[in-house]
Amino acid sequence: MALPKRDELLKDVHYDRMPEKHWMDTKPEFRPGTYCYAGDPEVVKDLGLPNPRKWQPYDEDWKLPENWKEIVLNAIRDRMDRFRSFKLFMDICVRCGACADKCHFFLGTGDPKNMPVLRAELLRSVVKGEFTRSGKIFGRLAGARPLTYDVIKEWFYYYYQCTECRRCSVFCPYGIDTAEITILAREILHEIGVNIDWILKPVRFSAEIGNHIGLQPHTIQENIEFLLDDIEEITGVRPEVPINKKGAEILFVTPSADFFADPGIYTFMGYVLLFHYLGLDWTLSTYASEGGNFGFFTSHEMMRKLHAKIYHEAERLKVKWILGGECGHMWRVVHQYEDTMLGPAPKNLEVPKCPITGTVFEHAKSTKIVHICEFTANLIAHGKLNLDPSRNDHLVVTFHDSCNTSRGMGIFEEPRFILRNVCNNFYEMPENTIREKTFCCGSGSGLNTDEYMEMRMRGGFPRANAVEYVHEKHGVNHLACICAIDRAVLPPLMNYWVPGVSVGGVHELVGNALVIPGEKKRTTDLRFQPLKGVEEEENV
Amino acid sequence: MNVVAALLAVIGMVIVVWLGVGVLKLYTLFGVVIPYAAFLTLVIGLIWRMVNWAKSPVPFKITTTCGQQKSLPWIKHSRLESPANNFEVVLRMALEVLAFRSLFRNLRADLRGRKLYFGSSKWLWLGAILFHWSFLIILLRHMRLFSYPVPGFIQTLDAVDSFFHIGLPHLYLTDVAILAGLTFLLLRRLVDAKVNYISHASDYFPLFLILGLVTSGMLMRYFLRVDIASVKELTLGLATLHPKVPKGIGVIFYVHVFFVSVLAAYFPFSKLVHMVGVFFSPTRNLPNDNRRVRHINPWWEGVPPKFLTYCEWQEKFKEQLESAGQPIDEDCYEKKES
Repeated sequence: MALPKRDELLKDVHYDRMPEKHWMDTKPEFRPGTYCYAGDPEVVKDLGLPNPRKWQPYDEDWKLPENWKEIVLNAIRDRMDRFRSFKLFMDICVRCGACADKCHFFLGTGDPKNMPVLRAELLRSVVKGEFTRSGKIFGRLAGARPLTYDVIKEWFYYYYQCTECRRCSVFCPYGIDTAEITILAREILHEIGVNIDWILKPVRFSAEIGNHIGLQPHTIQENIEFLLDDIEEITGVRPEVPINKKGAEILFVTPSADFFADPGIYTFMGYVLLFHYLGLDWTLSTYASEGGNFGFFTSHEMMRKLHAKIYHEAERLKVKWILGGECGHMWRVVHQYEDTMLGPAPKNLEVPKCPITGTVFEHAKSTKIVHICEFTANLIAHGKLNLDPSRNDHLVVTFHDSCNTSRGMGIFEEPRFILRNVCNNFYEMPENTIREKTFCCGSGSGLNTDEYMEMRMRGGFPRANAVEYVHEKHGVNHLACICAIDRAVLPPLMNYWVPGVSVGGVHELVGNALVIPGEKKRTTDLRFQPLKGVEEEENV
Repeated sequence: MNVVAALLAVIGMVIVVWLGVGVLKLYTLFGVVIPYAAFLTLVIGLIWRMVNWAKSPVPFKITTTCGQQKSLPWIKHSRLESPANNFEVVLRMALEVLAFRSLFRNLRADLRGRKLYFGSSKWLWLGAILFHWSFLIILLRHMRLFSYPVPGFIQTLDAVDSFFHIGLPHLYLTDVAILAGLTFLLLRRLVDAKVNYISHASDYFPLFLILGLVTSGMLMRYFLRVDIASVKELTLGLATLHPKVPKGIGVIFYVHVFFVSVLAAYFPFSKLVHMVGVFFSPTRNLPNDNRRVRHINPWWEGVPPKFLTYCEWQEKFKEQLESAGQPIDEDCYEKKES
């Protein structure tokens, strides 16, 4: 499928022009580039999920089970009983429209069903029509409709056009969280076998092998060796990466993309250099080798199944506490779900304490899991790191708050504090596009697949637009972030909208700036790009 | 279509009262029976609603964090937007409920060519604040009809509300404010294409109903005067459970009472329950102390997760582990033997 040219993509997008037709009378059009492929029957079967079969969203017949309607209605009833959020959010929306122009998919498509209020209404209308008397009597006047086959298709289309970023929830006067509705809608769709391949394959890999990309233990190690070779070439120092080491003080868990995918690998090099500098007693696990949890995009049960490995491994290795790498939804899961679904933490874990500064991380008293940015910011604040920010002078940096760490966790200052200390050129994007108002990369929640590229470019447009602003104003050429999905999907987004802006993790910049005892004079950064001033010097 | 249906429903109500009271003289029905029934419906309905919500657990702590978390001591955390304890949660909720904090944050997005612009947009906040606060004050003012002697603070409220002494009887500021607020909210629904598109008849209906309620009240006070002594006799009778219907109160009064009754009865079964619902919202009413304090999920407590354990995994990848020189955990075999 050809991706429309940059200047043509938004041609027909209007925020103040709505279709003539009532939204209940429009059907989604499964146009290539706007939907994800269906789950592979083999994968669905392996995961023990219902209704494995060959089908695609553009098929007329989705081969739903015969009693699909009954299954869906029961599933809704069940979620109502288990989640107050769901029940409440179905009841109290007043359709004030405060959320309407907050969703990046609405801003990139102009499709009214991407207004969070209407996205929720897709389910709310059915709840009203199938479960309430007034809905059955007054029908459309009350915003109610019956559950039909077309409704299922519409749900699939639009609940996979939501990246669960929660931006709408910030602006809603009642805090209605469309992410919560999307999570449950997807869970309900799974019960009749309506799912997408790009999420289920990683889920199977995570469940059977240990990480979403399916890296086996020896492959992880080989990749790390390559990275260590590079580190040695750049710095003259070869750090050690302990693997599956029993009795280490700290278990480090990071998204597996950091082991192998550009530009996540540079962030990984940053972690390794930092730990080497500190002489930290740490270990990686090739079993619990994934922080990112694709189960979170599938069902609560699947999320739990995939995340259980981390505590399990921390118990086996008898570590004292867990340090988590830069990742968005991993941290949403760690912060908001981990303790509830898998706690209390294994008994061998202690309240995390920084071995260098002695700082006790009181706020992680129960889960025993600390974010690497909290860890590093604390070290810098205590003056424990020797940093040379000029080594990042070839970069003019801005920071992208990932949705999950910002609106699902509240980590805003720590990464900024680090950035201000490791680079000299740091500029914020406009106020209304950062922190809790940050825009999604457009491809989160398992939507970072190639067949979905048009929608990704549309969804990522508001983010790119803000980067473009600082790119033009301050010459920003590097977008720092603390999320592995961001690192995977922002580079194509930048290439499309704002060419000339690279993407990387915060700890990559830490790795560049960190002055390590015994290192040689650095001439390049961790990407083998020449440092500022070096080229000129060599040419003299 | 939606607007027309909602408007017709409200006009229909006026006709019902006009027929019922003006023609058929059913004073007791409209003055006593319906108000009592509506009030009961409101109370029972709201309790049922709250019990119904409360019956479903809050399995996870899903606070929406709109500000810096409490983490390291030297980082200033946002007490209102990322509350770290219950006291701060109360502050956050109070700001939300009393000052509509989230709406205050509202932005407007504009697309010009390939550039996206965001501007602050506080009109919805202003309209909502005008409407809700006026409604509350008007409701409190009405307490003078249901109490004897009238409590001091109600009298003060009344005096402040009519402070400027415009006209006779003095014009209440809240009467003007609520009309302005409601008119804005209605016009916004009609004019703003996005809001218009998402609106059901059930969104217009309460607006028209409350507009009708306000209009009938103002008509009664400023234009079609009714005998206030008789009204108080009736309302006080209702409040003290000794209802009696004095003769000679104009039909407009019964229209007003009928609007109130319909509003009360409709309240628990419509979107208007947001008034109580907002307090139940788990994204707002929970502290962001997730890693500090454990939250309990009733349907998972005591149910262990099913997953691929380390020892099962080691069996699967033993060769790779050995070839890569990664340690093999002997404990897995000891456990098996014992």
